[in-house]
Amino acid sequence: MSVIIRNASSIPRPNRHWGSKLLKALCWLAGVITIGVLGLIVVYICVKGIPYLTGDLFAFKYNSENVSMFHAIVNTLSMTFLALLFSVPVGVFGGIYLAEYAKPGSRLVKVVRVTAETLAGIPSIIYGLFGMMAFVVALKMGNSLIAGALTLAIMTLPLILRQTEESLLSVPMSYREGSFGLGAGKLRTTVRIVLPVATPGILAAVLLSIGRIAGETAALVFTSGTVAQISDTLGTSGRTLAVHLFVLQQEGLHINQAFAVAVVLLVIVALMNALSFYIAKKLTKKG
Amino acid sequence: MRWLFLASACVCILAVAVICAFLFVNGMPFFTKYSVIEFLTGTTWAPLRNVFGILPMIVGSFYVTMGALLIGAPIGILTAILMARFANSTVVKVMKPAVALLAGIPSIVYGFFGLMLLVPLIRVNFGGTGKSVLVASILLSIMILPTIIQTSEAALGAVPNSYYEGSLALGATHESSVFRTILPAARPGIVSGVVLALGRAIGETTAIIMVAGNNARMPVDLLKGVRTLTVNVLMEMGYAADLHAQSLIATGVVLFVIIMAINFLFSFLNRRRVMQ
Repeated sequence: MSVIIRNASSIPRPNRHWGSKLLKALCWLAGVITIGVLGLIVVYICVKGIPYLTGDLFAFKYNSENVSMFHAIVNTLSMTFLALLFSVPVGVFGGIYLAEYAKPGSRLVKVVRVTAETLAGIPSIIYGLFGMMAFVVALKMGNSLIAGALTLAIMTLPLILRQTEESLLSVPMSYREGSFGLGAGKLRTTVRIVLPVATPGILAAVLLSIGRIAGETAALVFTSGTVAQISDTLGTSGRTLAVHLFVLQQEGLHINQAFAVAVVLLVIVALMNALSFYIAKKLTKKG
Repeated sequence: MRWLFLASACVCILAVAVICAFLFVNGMPFFTKYSVIEFLTGTTWAPLRNVFGILPMIVGSFYVTMGALLIGAPIGILTAILMARFANSTVVKVMKPAVALLAGIPSIVYGFFGLMLLVPLIRVNFGGTGKSVLVASILLSIMILPTIIQTSEAALGAVPNSYYEGSLALGATHESSVFRTILPAARPGIVSGVVLALGRAIGETTAIIMVAGNNARMPVDLLKGVRTLTVNVLMEMGYAADLHAQSLIATGVVLFVIIMAINFLFSFLNRRRVMQ
């Protein structure tokens, strides 16, 4: 394998052109801007929000005085759980079909790939509009936890499906051959041998999906609604953390508390990202 | 089990079909009552008077997206070049998770950041309310950075190293080898990454609604407010009824068609790249 040379200054080269230096400087400038912007956002939100992360904010009952986000945290958890309850089995099973059962390059595989790509490209506001028309109105679910969860399940499906397919395809053929050689059937080989090897990749996709669900707003405003309460049944409306932040900034009365909510959201996303990064890294080390 | 797996795989196809069906079935009745031409080219949006012209929003989406690409694409591509060919592996190890985190930050947090920091900054320095095309473009450019960086870096990494070595052997510097041989070779991949980012930018809603001012009139000035197609739906769907509600679904249909066109362009570019 050839080595990528990242800095060729060790190679003697007469009269380096000033344009070269300028290009290099521009690249570094762009990199600094990228990292700087990330730093600015994280530091700004944390500095403004952390001082307001008080016990009041996590009080069991919401009222306009304590602006508690407890209900929103509970709703975010149940929303995430419910959405994944639909999208993970469907996505993983579908990925298994594409990678293990379908003939490679068959028309069905192509169509599923194209539609998964299409789903991934649809903006969240369209999902919100669709969820409202389909689940809230047509299926008469009303603004409810379940309507929101179903909408988000469709939204996270393509990521899980494609990642499952890719993880399964990267499992070496010899594993399957070994299993077949020992007399195992197709299903047993897939579930007991291939799937466990692919699990870290699938898990990474699930973690990223959790981050997306926790941060979603536009798709939820018209499906699960904006009521400040714990949705204790599937049929009740309730706002998640992201929607809570959206409503707080619209009201404009509790900006400090809004910053605190933003901190919690950032922490959730950073945690999910770090976990999925860690798992993906472990995966590449093993391979 | 085989059939269960097959059925699960088909859920994607079903989902796209159902989404299309719901959008078009619910959006079409509007066009039987209101002329498509007037809807697409009308410059006045006055739901109370039953006047629905979405040209300001189409132009608004276009301006904001173009602004985001103008700022975001160069920074993103240069950052990708830095990560692929200039920075040492320690720097890359820091930058990769940073870019992934940038991709993971929810749009509501971006929007809130823009509202609390960028909007006042523009208001103090340039006057006006601060909620403007400019702030929306800057914020969007940050949001599309990770998409551009990740796709460009993958494209740059996929260029055979022999191109670079050949260039060095001919006496070119490291920099000109990277910019004159690797970058052109990676261009198709970078272009499709920019198209992908374009789709993301047009579809963004939550962050824009907080910083763009949302005035439903033709955008004239970088520092004036603007309303995009996405914002139009999110802002008014909550209380709209009858024809007004239908007009918002029709707005969604227009947005959907635009996104589909961009997706099509994206997969077309990708397919051509694979064939090459």
